[in-house]
Amino acid sequence: MSTVKVTPEVRDGWDSSSVASPAARARKRLTSPGASVAAVVIAVLWTLPTFGLLLSSFRPEDDIKGNGWWNWFSDPQLTLESYREVLFGSATGLSTYVVNSVVITVPSVVIPVTLALLAAYAFAWMKFPFRDTLFIAVFALQIVPIQIALIPLLQIFVDTGLNGTFWPLWIAHSVFALPLAVYLLHNFMREVPAELVEAARVDGAGHVKIFRAIMMPLVLPAIAAFSVFQFLWVWNDLLVALTFAGSTSDVAPLTARIAELVGTRGTEWHLLSAGAFVSMIIPVLVFIAMQRFFVRGLLAGSVKG
Amino acid sequence: MDTAEKLAQMALAIALFAGAMGLILLLVGRVRRRADLVQAVAFVVPALALLAVGLIYPAVRTGYQSLFDRTTDNFLGLANYQALFEREDLLIVLRNTLFWVLVAPVSATLIGLVYAVLVDRSRFEAFAKSLIFMPLAISLVGASIIWRFVYEYRPDQQNIEQIGLLNQVLVWLGFEPQQFILNAPLNTFLLIVILIWVQAGFAMTVLSAAIKGIPQDIVEAGRLDGLYGVKMFRYVTVPSIRPALIVVLTTISIATLKVFDIVRTMTGGQFETSIVANEFYTQSLVRGNYGLGSALAVVLFVMVIPIVIYNIRQLRKADIR
Repeated sequence: MSTVKVTPEVRDGWDSSSVASPAARARKRLTSPGASVAAVVIAVLWTLPTFGLLLSSFRPEDDIKGNGWWNWFSDPQLTLESYREVLFGSATGLSTYVVNSVVITVPSVVIPVTLALLAAYAFAWMKFPFRDTLFIAVFALQIVPIQIALIPLLQIFVDTGLNGTFWPLWIAHSVFALPLAVYLLHNFMREVPAELVEAARVDGAGHVKIFRAIMMPLVLPAIAAFSVFQFLWVWNDLLVALTFAGSTSDVAPLTARIAELVGTRGTEWHLLSAGAFVSMIIPVLVFIAMQRFFVRGLLAGSVKG
Repeated sequence: MDTAEKLAQMALAIALFAGAMGLILLLVGRVRRRADLVQAVAFVVPALALLAVGLIYPAVRTGYQSLFDRTTDNFLGLANYQALFEREDLLIVLRNTLFWVLVAPVSATLIGLVYAVLVDRSRFEAFAKSLIFMPLAISLVGASIIWRFVYEYRPDQQNIEQIGLLNQVLVWLGFEPQQFILNAPLNTFLLIVILIWVQAGFAMTVLSAAIKGIPQDIVEAGRLDGLYGVKMFRYVTVPSIRPALIVVLTTISIATLKVFDIVRTMTGGQFETSIVANEFYTQSLVRGNYGLGSALAVVLFVMVIPIVIYNIRQLRKADIR
């Protein structure tokens, strides 16, 4: 649906600004300096709330609670005390939850990718009854709000005794990711030239061989795009985490724990500021390192949720 | 569980699924009789089975449970849905959801569009875009904490300084500091600001890419016709990127309906700020009212449908042109 239309020009467009062709340089000259200044001013204002909290997370506790972060410039003092306390202090102990977030996130990316690769290949290159109907059904599931499945899913996990382990989180995130993953990978696999697949078949290659030798290498960029998108989605998720893990249990992720801290210690800004940035550092690093893939995944998968 | 145990479990889960995938490939490669059908089934069934058990069955069950009372023992018919339109607290939930859907998508798209045009071909384009885009990478919980700090209130007394930026600005301007989070209905709009702050980056990214995709000859033709500045924006830029605008608007609308993290983190739905997505959580998992919670989930689903239909129809129209 919506995703099909944007892709070509949009995907290329993100990178084209960095290409310094003569035409691009000629276009550059047309820009007014006023617009450049305005753009930077807005970008700085946009970042001010984040900057204020980031700076606060390095201020001594008494300073944070005593006056605003803008006072730092007249009384510059920096400390890592808040980070030490929030990560290893007995009241918060976020380091455990960092581990939980990693343990939740990695399989929640790998599992849907493996299952979706197989299904996407079948939808793209195999013949079987009701193929198109089933594909449209999977595609349509993208718009279903996950809220509608949560409670019965929780009942299933309770009945099967899986509750309290990581499995409910892994399975739930995988299920909710599958429609997008299948759709995205299917589109990429369809773009592989039919002649290539036919030639391989003539040479006696079966579907398994074609899947392994031709498709896998060619769709690696798509896998990367989806993986980055899914990684950030799972890492930043709160709803699935609260439903299946609660906020203080043995398997709860960072987001759930920090959201709970806001409720119980909403004025302890030295803990909240440092805690917030502990939860942000990994997605921001992933974002900076994989910006290209992230944008691609985002543009292709923006309907998910 | 200690860390090593958790990591071992993680490795096991990954190995299990990677192994299962390898096994499927290995086994179906050996099938000879009716190979095509067997292989296709082996490829699609794992994903389809998971979707059927994990998404379709639960969704149907939620619809069914929405017709029952809080413990799902007694059949109520449509009473839960009726309550949504009669109980005063739930009417506020619907009203707030309407505020969110009306304000957030249009504002975020407008800001993203204007910024995409402003920053296009400017000197610090990549840097400025990254700053606007960054909120999209962090969690909504993190974004909520950032803004909670901006809205923070300290009592207006001698020797007590404001630590929230917004209240400090009010004090600098000579006004009294406000308890922003407690004042309905203003507080709902202050929560909406957080989503706009996050989603504007998404809108800007997609629209900026679309603007760069406008053929240069169309822009030149506009120039020859004497179109500059606002007129260029109105008569060339906006019509050229119409499909992208529709996609952005509908995507943010759907995201807005489903967003739960902001309200949950900022107020927990108190002070008349709850929306359907948050009320679903509160009723189902805090109050244990499964019937009403299920009805809210169904309402959420139903609200998404018209947005999707509008999206498809608008894009078809854009296609025909």
